[in-house]
Amino acid sequence: MKHQEAPLDPSLGSPPDSSLDASPDPSRRAFLGIAAGATAAVVAPGFVLQAQAVGNPRAERVSDVHRWGLLVDTNRCVDGCRACVEACDQENGLDLQRKQPGQSEAEWDTQKAVWLRKVKLQDNLTGRVSNLPMMCQHCESPPCVDVCPTGASFKRADGIVMVDRHTCIGCRYCMMACPYKARSFIHEVVEDQLTRVPRGKGCVESCNLCVSRRDQGLDSTACADACTALGHRAILFGDLKDPASAISQALKTMPSRQIREDLDLNTGVRYAGV
Amino acid sequence: MKRIVYREWRIPSERYWSLLGILAAVVGLGGLAALHMEHNGHWVTGMSNAVVWGMPHIFAVMLIISASGALNIATIGTVFGKGAYKPLGRLSGLLASALLVGGLLILVLDLGRPDRLLVAITHYNFRSIFAWNIYLYTGFMVIVIAYLWSMADRMGGPFVKPIGIFAMVWRLALTAGTGSIFGFLVARQAFDTAFLAPMFVVMSFAYGLAIMLLVLMFTFDQEGRPLGHKLRGRLMNLLGTFVAAVLFLTVIYYLTKVYGAKNYELVSWVLFHGGIYSFMFWFGWILMGSLAPLGIIYHPVLSQDRNWIVAACALVILGGMASLYVIIIGSQAFPLQMFPGHTILESGFFDGVNGEAAHYWPTIPEVLLGLGGIGVAMLITAVGVRVLQFLPESLADADLPPEDLGHAAPELAGT
Repeated sequence: MKHQEAPLDPSLGSPPDSSLDASPDPSRRAFLGIAAGATAAVVAPGFVLQAQAVGNPRAERVSDVHRWGLLVDTNRCVDGCRACVEACDQENGLDLQRKQPGQSEAEWDTQKAVWLRKVKLQDNLTGRVSNLPMMCQHCESPPCVDVCPTGASFKRADGIVMVDRHTCIGCRYCMMACPYKARSFIHEVVEDQLTRVPRGKGCVESCNLCVSRRDQGLDSTACADACTALGHRAILFGDLKDPASAISQALKTMPSRQIREDLDLNTGVRYAGV
Repeated sequence: MKRIVYREWRIPSERYWSLLGILAAVVGLGGLAALHMEHNGHWVTGMSNAVVWGMPHIFAVMLIISASGALNIATIGTVFGKGAYKPLGRLSGLLASALLVGGLLILVLDLGRPDRLLVAITHYNFRSIFAWNIYLYTGFMVIVIAYLWSMADRMGGPFVKPIGIFAMVWRLALTAGTGSIFGFLVARQAFDTAFLAPMFVVMSFAYGLAIMLLVLMFTFDQEGRPLGHKLRGRLMNLLGTFVAAVLFLTVIYYLTKVYGAKNYELVSWVLFHGGIYSFMFWFGWILMGSLAPLGIIYHPVLSQDRNWIVAACALVILGGMASLYVIIIGSQAFPLQMFPGHTILESGFFDGVNGEAAHYWPTIPEVLLGLGGIGVAMLITAVGVRVLQFLPESLADADLPPEDLGHAAPELAGT
């Protein structure tokens, strides 16, 4: 439809057909239509996301209602088994790490990131041999958090100790302070990584109790799942604050200890049989 | 007695620009090394997940504590009123700030994310001794600049002593804080002691003075300015006292460590079975860094010879590097004692299998970065003394201000 424009100069008087004034202005309609459409396009996704977020653990604030932890029964930990290590590597994309060209195997072994490792130890007096997985012990009073100059190393309300990769400056002081050698520095350019576990050169990282699973509301860790899948059941994950949880029940009945108890860090990872 | 006249360092231009060229080349190499490490990541260094702080930190800590020690001479002149040291106050301040800048640059460029310096400046965790030290270092720079102003400006006279006292307290806190960066680490046996705070303070006196003496003798010799035997002898005596004090504290440090059964293995490893670390301890720290310079300083003939004095100062500095190598790197290389009474048979992460220490060998980029920091410190000093009146025209015995009247000694800014 062709639109007849009104004269711009008022001195020219009204247009001859005054009925045009009474009819709706099509350009205005079109404008309103576009505006409504644009508004809907902008706002609607927000409503959709909001609707999706309701009831999603990722949208809820982490609370101190829980304290996540692990109980390792070293009597069940099998010599030579690396299922937990491999599961951890796959869960966190550590199996995607690659040795740098020109880097020796020996150097790579000391410079690659390791979040979970197996340790085999022998009692000097009795000769008894034990196997156990070592990882971040998720201390209640973590030395790494105390010493971090920027506060990048932090503890969540639910007890998980982790690194904010946006504020980590790569000073490695947390690695100096950790009594468990649990932290790794990313020494090389990260070529490949998983979306759920962002990694980057020059930052420090460590076991975060599969925090992405926590945020999805899943009640397990990769290491515990792998151990259970093989029937070893040496690693038990759970809520230390829930008296009814399996881990709390097991801790009540089974003698256990913290590693470096002398430091009084109240670790979230406990060991039985060592 | 003459008035103290300060004058720019007027060595021939060709020699001066050659010196600047050499220093700029060292700084440039350090910068390239930092770029190389930043671009590729720290895998190009010898540092690992076991020895996380390496050679750059040795250079950085050396420069930072020496900065504090270099200012000691200004303190003795202005706070304690020792007139003989007063003419050295300005050089002392310049050297202090230059050494600190060099040390901090190394630390910053060694970060995994040096591009996040702004984060380090804007995010503070006040439980961290490291964060306190960031304040101590930046505050030190401001205080030293004020101190230099009070020493150099006619209006500054009344403020010299109050600022000097404040600077003294601040730098003692700075060095104690730097020692505490290690002393607060309860997880590692070799650290975990408040003793490292005073030990670093005394180390700073020795290493800072040795650097100051070398710079003083070099600048004066190059221009033919007189440096009296009396003042040089006093500075050497002071150096001897500080080196002996470091030696004494070293003995006490290891005695206190060995007193507890849990540290038997650590001390025995450092002293006898630590390979490069035992060598660094006995040959670097004790023999060449302590006993040899003490022998020169207190030798009736050698202590009068300029070359031997230079050698003594250089040995103190190299011995200091060796001591920091043992303290900082050795303490990380020794395995963490997670399971006392047990032997680690196997580990997926080198937890000291059969008591074996972690391996560390510095790479060229690390050393170049450290040397670059020294280059920056020396470059700032060389430019400073050239363009401003930091150096006294004469330190001949006859020209020195009267003893113990330092604050009242007349002073004339250079012409």
